[in-house]
Amino acid sequence: MFIINCPFCGKREQSEFKAGGEAHIVRPKQPTELSDDQWAEYLFMRKNIKGIQFERWNHAHGCRKWFNMVRDTSNDEIKAVYKMGEKPPTK
Amino acid sequence: MKNRYSLFSLIKNAFSYHENWERAWRDPEPKKEYDIIIIGGGGHGLATAYYLAKKHDMKNIAVVEKGWIGGGNTGRNTTIIRSNYLWDASAGLYDHALKIWEGLSQELNYNVMFSQRGVMNLAHNLQDVRDLKRRTHANRLNGIDAVYLNTQQVKKFCPIINTSPDIRYPVLGGTLQKRAGTARHDAVAWGYARGADEMGVDIIQNCEVKGIKRNGDSVEGIETTKGFIKTNKIGVVAAGHSSVIANMAGLKLPLESKPLQALVSEPVKPIIDTVVMSNAVHAYVSQSDKGELVIGAGTDDYVSYSQKGSHDIVEGTLNAILELYPIFSRMRMLRQWGGIVDICPDASPIISKTSIKGLYFNCGWGTGGFKATPGSGDLFAHTIANDEPHKLNAAFNLNRFVSGDLVDEHGAAAVAH
Repeated sequence: MFIINCPFCGKREQSEFKAGGEAHIVRPKQPTELSDDQWAEYLFMRKNIKGIQFERWNHAHGCRKWFNMVRDTSNDEIKAVYKMGEKPPTK
Repeated sequence: MKNRYSLFSLIKNAFSYHENWERAWRDPEPKKEYDIIIIGGGGHGLATAYYLAKKHDMKNIAVVEKGWIGGGNTGRNTTIIRSNYLWDASAGLYDHALKIWEGLSQELNYNVMFSQRGVMNLAHNLQDVRDLKRRTHANRLNGIDAVYLNTQQVKKFCPIINTSPDIRYPVLGGTLQKRAGTARHDAVAWGYARGADEMGVDIIQNCEVKGIKRNGDSVEGIETTKGFIKTNKIGVVAAGHSSVIANMAGLKLPLESKPLQALVSEPVKPIIDTVVMSNAVHAYVSQSDKGELVIGAGTDDYVSYSQKGSHDIVEGTLNAILELYPIFSRMRMLRQWGGIVDICPDASPIISKTSIKGLYFNCGWGTGGFKATPGSGDLFAHTIANDEPHKLNAAFNLNRFVSGDLVDEHGAAAVAH
C-alpha cells in the first residue's frame, strides 16, 4: 500500500486506483499489416521490469482519469507522476 | 548412498540425542562447467534436477539459488494441491502432478505430509453454479474425480460454513475433489534436494545469477556472484523473477510479476479438515497440522517485486472469511507475507524451449504453482533432456502467444489458484 499523487485530485490511497500496466506501448498504426509475431509482441509481451518502470494508472474510485507514473517496482517508491500525452521525465 | 530415513534410523539416532544425523545435502562450490544448470532452487527447480538425474541419466547438473532453497514461493504458498482444471491440456498437466504426489513420500524417502483431505470450491451466484457444474463434467470426462454438491451437501461436508441464504454472497453449491489436499511445502523442497544431491546434483545456494552469456543463438554459461560457470543448457525456474532472467538473455516474456499474500492464524484445535476455496468472494482456508488456519488472499493489480502487498487485499479476504465462517471472528492472525508470482495472460504456465538454443523456461505458474511441483519438474526435465516437450506440456509452449492457441484457465483458476 502506498500513497499516489493523482495529477488531478492530489494525494490519495493506492486502493482508490487501478493499475493499467506498462505505459507507452504504441497501438499499431496499420493493424492489418502486422505479422503474428508483432501482434504477440503488442498484446502479450511485457518488460515486467524490476526497478524503474513506466506505467499507466487510473483513478478508478476518484476522478476516473488515466495518467502515467514512474515507479520503482523493487520497493514501490513513486518517482514521478505525469498526465497522458505528456513526455515521460528523462532524469 | 545416503542412510535411509526409517523408524529404525529414528530410534538409532535417539541414542545419540539426534545430534549425529548426516547432512541431507552437501554445500558444494560451483565447478567450472556443467552439462545443465537450473536457475532457481525452489520446488520446481529442485524437482527438475531430480528427474534429470533420475529419469534421464544426466549427472553433471547444478542448481543455483540466489538465497536458500525453498525460500521463495515454495515456502510462501498455501500448499493447496488439486487437479480439477477445465481444459484437457491443464487436466493432463495437473493430474500428472497429482498422480506423482500420491507416491512422492515413498519415492523420495522423505515425508512430504501429502494429505488428501479434499478441496471444495464454492459457488456464490448463478454463473458460478453453471461454471462449476461445467467444470465437474469436464473433469469427469478427463478421468479426474469431481462431484457437484448442493448447499446442504456443502454444509454436511464442512459444517462450520455459514450457508444461510441471508449473507451477502450465499453458498449456492460447490465442487469437491476428494483426491486433492495439501502437503508440507518445505519438505517438498528438502526431499527433492536430498534426492537430487544423492545422485550427484550440486545445489549451490547464495549464488545469484548476474548475467547469461550468449554466443549468437545459443547459450555459453552464466555469470554469478560466485564467478562464471560454463554450460550449454540452462533451465530457468525463477518464478516471479523469470522476466529479470529473460532480460539478461535479451528475451521478453508475456508475464507480469505481482505480490500475492497469505496469512496464518494462531494455532487452534482441529476445526476444518478440508480445504475450502471461494473464488467469487476471494477467500480460501485450510488448517495446517500445527493447527494454524492457512488463509490465501489475492494479488495486487500492479507489478511489484517488493514481497509485500496492500493491506486492503488482506482486509477484503478477511471480510469474506468472517462472513463464511463466523466462528473465526475472534481468531488472531500470527503472520502475513507476500510472494512474487509471475502471471501469464491466460493464467496457464509456460514449460518451453525458447528462440535461443539451450535456454528453457518453466514459468508463468502465477498464483498456483505449488500443486504442480512434481509434474512440472518431471516434464521440464523431459523438455530439457530431449530438447522437445513431452506431450503433456506441448500445449504450454511460448509460441501459443503468437499462434493464439491459449489455454485460458481464468475460469478454473480465477484469482485463487
